[in-house]
Parts: sequence; C-alpha cells; structure tokens
Amino acid sequence: MTELKDTEREVHQFRVRLSVAGVVVFILFACLLSRFVWLQVYKHKDYVAQAEDNRISVVPIVPNRGLILDRNGVVLARNYSAYTLEITPSKINGNLDDLIDELATIVDIQPRDRKRFKKLQEESRNLGSSPIRVRLSDEEVARFSAQRYRFPGVEIQARLFRQYPLGAVASHVIGYIGRINARDEAEIEDSEDATNYRGTEHIGKEGIEKSYETQLHGTTGYEEVEVSAGGRPVRTLSRTPAVPGDNLILSIDIGLQKVVEQAFGNRRGALIAIEPATGDILAYVSMPNFDPNLFVEGIDQQNWDALNNSPDHPLLNRPLSGAYPPGSTYKPFMALAALELGRRKPSDAIADPGFFNFGGHKFRDDKEGGHGIVDMYKSIVQSCDTYYYILANELGVDAIHDFMKPFGFGQKTGIDLRFERTGVLPSTAWKAESYKRPEQKRWYAGETISLGIGQGYNSFTPLQMANAVAILANNGVVMKPHLVKTIEDALTHKRTLTVPKESYRIPLKQENIDVIKHAMVGVTKEGTSARAFAGAEYVSAGKTGTAQVIGIKQNEKYNAKNMLDRHLDHALYTAFAPADNPRIALAVIVENGGFGAQSAAPIARAALDYYLLGKLPAVKPADKALDKVPAGQDEVVE
Amino acid sequence: MNKRSPVQIIQPYLQVFDGTLMLFVCLILIVGSFTLYSAGIDFPGRFEDHMRNIAIALVVMWIAALVPPQTLMRFAVPLYMLGVALLVAVAMFGLIKNGARRWVNVGVIIQPSEIMKIAMPMMLAWFFQKREGLTRWREFVVAGLLLIVPVGLIMRQPDLGTSLLVLAAGFYVIFLAGLSWKVIAAGIIAAGASMPVVWHMLHDYQRARVLTLIDPTTDPLGKGFHIIQSTIAIGSGGITGKGWLNGTQAHLEFIPERTTDFIFAVFSEEFGLIGNAVLLVLYLLLIGRGMVIAANAPTLFTRLLAGAITLIFFTYAFVNMGMVSGILPVVGVPLPFVSYGGTAFTTLGLGAGILMSIQRHRKLMQS
Repeated sequence: MTELKDTEREVHQFRVRLSVAGVVVFILFACLLSRFVWLQVYKHKDYVAQAEDNRISVVPIVPNRGLILDRNGVVLARNYSAYTLEITPSKINGNLDDLIDELATIVDIQPRDRKRFKKLQEESRNLGSSPIRVRLSDEEVARFSAQRYRFPGVEIQARLFRQYPLGAVASHVIGYIGRINARDEAEIEDSEDATNYRGTEHIGKEGIEKSYETQLHGTTGYEEVEVSAGGRPVRTLSRTPAVPGDNLILSIDIGLQKVVEQAFGNRRGALIAIEPATGDILAYVSMPNFDPNLFVEGIDQQNWDALNNSPDHPLLNRPLSGAYPPGSTYKPFMALAALELGRRKPSDAIADPGFFNFGGHKFRDDKEGGHGIVDMYKSIVQSCDTYYYILANELGVDAIHDFMKPFGFGQKTGIDLRFERTGVLPSTAWKAESYKRPEQKRWYAGETISLGIGQGYNSFTPLQMANAVAILANNGVVMKPHLVKTIEDALTHKRTLTVPKESYRIPLKQENIDVIKHAMVGVTKEGTSARAFAGAEYVSAGKTGTAQVIGIKQNEKYNAKNMLDRHLDHALYTAFAPADNPRIALAVIVENGGFGAQSAAPIARAALDYYLLGKLPAVKPADKALDKVPAGQDEVVE
Repeated sequence: MNKRSPVQIIQPYLQVFDGTLMLFVCLILIVGSFTLYSAGIDFPGRFEDHMRNIAIALVVMWIAALVPPQTLMRFAVPLYMLGVALLVAVAMFGLIKNGARRWVNVGVIIQPSEIMKIAMPMMLAWFFQKREGLTRWREFVVAGLLLIVPVGLIMRQPDLGTSLLVLAAGFYVIFLAGLSWKVIAAGIIAAGASMPVVWHMLHDYQRARVLTLIDPTTDPLGKGFHIIQSTIAIGSGGITGKGWLNGTQAHLEFIPERTTDFIFAVFSEEFGLIGNAVLLVLYLLLIGRGMVIAANAPTLFTRLLAGAITLIFFTYAFVNMGMVSGILPVVGVPLPFVSYGGTAFTTLGLGAGILMSIQRHRKLMQS
C-alpha cells in the first residue's frame, strides 16, 4: 500500500513541478507577446519609416594598380589621388549642355574638357558617368560642394590617377592605360574576369601596362553600404578589402635608357641592350617616343593627330615592329657558321679584288679595289664583303638558315610585349610558301650571295639582333629576353623572377666562339669602330653595319649627298662588353643614319660608357647634318 | 478476402502518431512551410529541400513512436557514453571550422553535441528511474556531475549556445525529478553573484553578443546588423502584416540566415502581430499537449523524459523568437518545425516521436 501511496505522491509532486514549469512558460510567452506589441504597434510607424528608408547597396572597391619600377627602384608608373567632377547624364534635370554651362560658372571648364567629355560619353560603359573635369583643386571641390544641391546627377569623386613621372622616357616599354571603351568592355565580358572589373574605369592599352594588366590590376573588393533614400551612403556595414595589384620591377636600367635616348637626339631608330647572363633587357629605346601621360584621361584630338600623322611615327614600337636587314652585323655569325660547319679555318684567306662575280651579276665590295688579303679576322675587323659573298655562296641558303635559326633570327623571342614581328630568315621552304607565282617560289642561287652581308631577304627586328649578340656573348646559352625582371606581390612583398633559367643552349665550340669574339674586339681597336671607341676604358667587342634601304644601280656610286634623307642607308652597330666577361650586349639602329661607324657606334659608346663606368655624356650628341659624310674623305668605310 | 480501401490500409500506420500532438505539429509545419517558401525564394531548391527534411522528420517521428520506452531506457546509457566518448574525441582530434572545433570524422563527419541534446535527458531520466524512491541530495550531486561533464566539454569547443541547451535539457530533468526548492533558490542567487566571473570567462565574441543585445548599433557590421534588420522587419509588419510573399527582401536581403535562425523575422513581417499571436498559441498548444503526456506517463523515466522534451521545445521557440525580436542575445537556435535545417528537424522529429511513443505505450507499461 505504501508503495502505491509513494508512487501517488511522487506523481503528484511531479505534476506540481510540471505546473510550475507551465506557469513559467506562460509568463515568458506573455513577455514575448508584449515585446511584439511594442515593436508592431507602438513602434510600428518608426519601423515602417526605417524599412522604407534604408537600403543596402554593394559597392565595389577598386584595387590600387601596381607600380612599375626600373631595376633599381626608380618609379616609372605610379598612382596619385585627385578629385574629378562626374556627370551621369541619365540622372540630370534638363539639358546636358545647359547643365555644363551652369557648371562652368562654378568650376573652370574648357572647350577641350567638353569635347573630351562628349567623346568619353560615347564610348562609356553602362555606369554612365564620365568626368567633365579631372584633378579639381581643393577650392573647386569646396565651391562645387556648396552648390551640390543644384546639380542632381553631378558628383565629386575621389579617384586614383596614373602618372608617368619620367614622361616620354621608355614610353614604348611602359605603355599607358586609358579609359575602358566599348571594345575593352567586350573583351572583359568575354574573359570571365568581368566581376573583377566592376567599378574599374581604366585598363592597360599598350606596353607593359597592357601585357601585365592582370597582375597590375589586382582584385576588386566589396563594400556593403547602407544607403539612405537620397542614395547617399549612410554607413559601411561590411568590407572585403581590395587586393592591390602586383608591382612590376623591370629589368630596365632607367639611367642607361635616358643616356641612350639623349644620344639619339632627334634621329629615328632603336636600341636594345640585354644582360647576356640573365636575358634582362637593360634598355629598350624606340625613337622618337611620346608622352604616355597624354593618354590616361583620353588624349585630345590635336595631340592625337600630331602623334598619328607624324612621318616619324613616334607611336611605332621600333625594336619589336620594325624589321630591317642586319647588314654587316650579320658577318660575325656567318663566320661562326663557317667555323662550326668546318668550312673555314680562321687562317683561311682570300685575295679580295673588291667584287664577286656570279651569274652575270657583279656583287661589289664597298671598298673600291678590295681589302687585299683577307683572313677571317680581317674580314670582320675591316668588314670585307667579298669574303662573305664567297662564303654565302658556298654554304647555301638552307645551311645558313639552319645555323642562324637557334640564334633567334626570324623567330619571335617571346618578349612580354604585344605585336612582335617575326621577321624573315630566308630559306627555300620559306620562299616556296611565301610567294604565289611558281617562278617566284624557286630559290635562285644568286639570291644567296647578298645574304652573306646581311642584305637580300634578311629582315630582322632590332630585338632579334640584340638577342643574337647576347647569345653570342653568353657563349651560346640562350636566356629569354624580357622586360619585367620580377613581379612583387603587393601584400607579401614576395618577389618572383619571370625568367629564372635558360631556355636552351646552342652547341657551339668555345674555341670558335673565341675566334669570333677576338675579331669583334679587333673591330673596336683597329677596325671600323676604332674611332668611336678610341680611349675607352674597357675592352668591348662590336660590329658596324650599314643596311641598304634601296638598291644602288650596278654602275652607280653611293653618293649620300644626292640621296633623299629617307633613302639613306640605316646605320647599325652591335656590341658587348667587357669582352672577356660581358655584362651588356646591345644592338642599335639609326634609321637613315648612313654609315654604322658614324651614327650608330657613338651611341653604343655612350651607352657602354654609362653602363660600365657610370660616365654621363659630356658633349651634345651629333646632329643629323653631320651624318652625311662627303665622299672621298679618308674615312673607314664599309 | 475483402479488398481493403487505401484508407484502411494506411490507417494502422497513421495510428502510430498521437492525434493531438500531430495536429499541432502539422499546423506549425504548414505555417512554417509557407514562411519558408517566401524567405527562401532567392535560394534555388531550398523549398524542395525543406519538404524533404519534413518527410525525413516525419519518418523519424514515426519510427521513434514505434519504439517502446523500455527500449529507450536500454539505450540511454550506451548513447550517453557514446556521446561523451565522441566529445572527448572532438577535443583531441576534432575538425576546426570557423574557429570552433565541433566536428569529428568517424567515416562520416558528425557533430557529437547534437547527440548529447537527446542523450542527456535520456541518461538523467534513466538515472532517476534507477534510483527511484531513494532520491536524496547525493543523487542530485551525481546527476549534476553527469550533466556538467559533457556540458563543459561542449563549452570548451567553444559552442556556448549548444552547451546551454544541453544544460537546460539536463536541468529540466533534474528539476522535474524533485530538486529541492532551496537549492534552486540558492542556485539563482549564486548565478547572479557569479555574473562578473562568468563575464570574465566569456570569449570576446560572446561578450560582444551580449553587448549587441543592449545596443545593436554598436555592432553594425556583425550580429548587430542582423538584430537591427530583424526588428525593423518585425516592427514594419504591424498588426496585420504585409501579406504572404510581400515581405520586403530589401533589408533582409543580406541575412542568409533568413531561412534558418531568423525566419521568424520574415514570418512577423508578413503576418504581423496577429500572425505572431497565432504562432504563440500553436506553440502553447504543442507544449500543453506535451505536458499532458508527461503528466499521464506511467513511469518516472517516461515522465521525466516527456517533461524535458516538452520544455526543450519551449526553450527553442522562446529563445529563437526572443533573439530575433531583440530581447535575448544572438544564439544559434532554430525555430522548431519552422527553421530550415536537416539536423534540427531530425532531432525535433525524434523528440516528438518519443512523446508519441510514451503516450502510445501508456497502457502497456506499469512501473
């Protein structure tokens, strides 16, 4: 019985507690209900107002663009912030022109600004806003802000701008950025990178700015912003920061670049200098050049016409896009071919009468009467043509082609810039493919002759010529030429080399290389560039070259005075120094510069003096007028 | 043989469910599904997943309802042991996600604290049943220890929210088992006095949550944002609400939890004060039914277990609605039978099933 009573009591006790719990449940639910009443009855109006007013918008955070520096840390492209005045035509009241007139009473607006604005609007993206003025002064910002309410659809924006502090120096390397237009837009949409470009207004258009756009751009961040009814940001709710773009450290030595550009003066041409051991391009000169700062916010029509229509073609990227015959600078490579293929010994000599007859055609040496007894050394030092006519004829076009190809002649180097031309390294196969008519497809033996002196179908870019010299200087080890040496991660500052190791090696015998190098040293000591290199405090190796622009008729003489400027030969020079352990190899071409010794070699001398000794040129560089050498003078000619 | 109609075939299976409890559960499920449809409109496939979760929960409920409470009793201890063992495993080589070590990989990845939610009250209920009639203060001490150890382990993970829920579940059993009123009073006083110490021990983010409660605008980037937006949503619903599917997604747009922990905000906005009152009534009815089942349960084990489960349902509902309306700190607790989430649904279905089982097997058991 007691058991039952105990159980009953137990159950009773349980039920009591359960009821207590029940009461607590009820009370707490009542609290909840009163909370609901508070929110949904008393404060209802407030919350309705808040609900209407507040919106969230997601705003992209544009990343800082990476910097471009030279190998020693000199800044070549940087960002600075400034204010712009931007109009969104879809949001304004009334007529756009009237609005601009009104704005002009507060802020200075030039006709140029209006024109540019119109042009940008035509090309603009879906964002719809374009700047009517950039780089407002603080005063202008203040003046406009006070009047802001009068101009719906007009905003002041803080923006980052790109600046190239050194102006035109190395402009072809650095390139420029410009505003994204419809075509860029299409490319971006295709690339799957579209979300990364939300809010970005500029994109690389030329040069390194273009080819490394992905690294320089960085990653866009996002901001959740609470926005009031007026569209004004009230506060930031969350922020995913942008990742800044990587910085690029170029292989360029900007001091060397400046020296060379100065040495060119107002002449046209190109110079590439490469560090043979690494493939670093130390200088990349294309003259004339242009100021990239003009392009950043949209170049105005006047400047554009000036650049585009100039007969000197400043926008042309000569080292890459210009293709020229190498002229006599080809001879050391021909000689090396002869040694490697076992066709000549260094001591093998000819008696040079000053010409070479073949197939009824007289191939002339530049020196009347010839150079006398010419062995391999002399053939390079004095640049004897006859030696090489004979050699070319013996080797044949395909053997020459096969030897030259690994040196990069007629091949793309793969440099990190767009629009590299391939050039032409002729061969029977090439001719068969390139021509349509059957009689043109055949290779004629006579066409081989002029190949030996770097004329004929040979057509190489200055970059290829510099690359070949660098390979020679580096004893056949090929490093890919590149403009960007390292990429620096913006956050971790970790630097990564773009070209850490060699591409391949040409199997050459060192003793043969040494013969050629020795001869090229001779050129500077007692040969065609001796004058230019007199007094140099280092031992350099080099080769002059003169490339014909138009052919001289069989019996005519080359007379500089009588020729049109633009029909003058191009002047070329290749070099590397110091000869025993080269730190720099270069190729320079001066368009219509005449003799290589006169125009090109002195530029090379200035470059080497600066790079090896730190010497800056003391005298003003030679003027164009001095390049025309009167005939008959006692000059070393070739 | 007579051909039986489809209804006649199904009926025995349906009878497994307790009619009244099932009614209230289903009503809440229906209301919840409408709300989830609206809240989940931007999540492709969410509503379909929710339907699937409901189906699974109903199956679990059905199976649990079939299992007689004696069997449950047999499982109590092993389940508890397993839970504790797994919690220790988590502490030693668990997986870390979002800064918390709560999961362990035993072939599948599981979260042992979920097991404890049901294992704890079962274990304690079993314990008190075993010591029935002999309960003195010693038993309560042992019960306390049985409770504290897993709760402590869970708290260390850190997972304050779940540890408090397990603590509550265990506490309910102990309270219903007859914990002395004096002890309860002393406990409340002690808790009050130890507030400063507890505050000191809280992690930064936990403190932040409490502070956010008092003034949500101090944390506009984090949880404060959620509270601000959810109270706006609730308040703007007014008395009658904006109507189904008319909840403005604008300010709830950036709360991914609007289908899970914060779904009540969507409900309030669309159905207003009237809707809220109806929901409260439905929960009250559900809890009421659970209490009736507990009061009429034949054994101490079943009484304690039923009572605890019912109060757990209440706890979830109260804490969730309190958090969303800004009177309780933000804790990750789902709104029962409304919030989207597979695990929670299964646990709740299991709980409801156990209640039904207890009710069904009433006549079959005598203590």
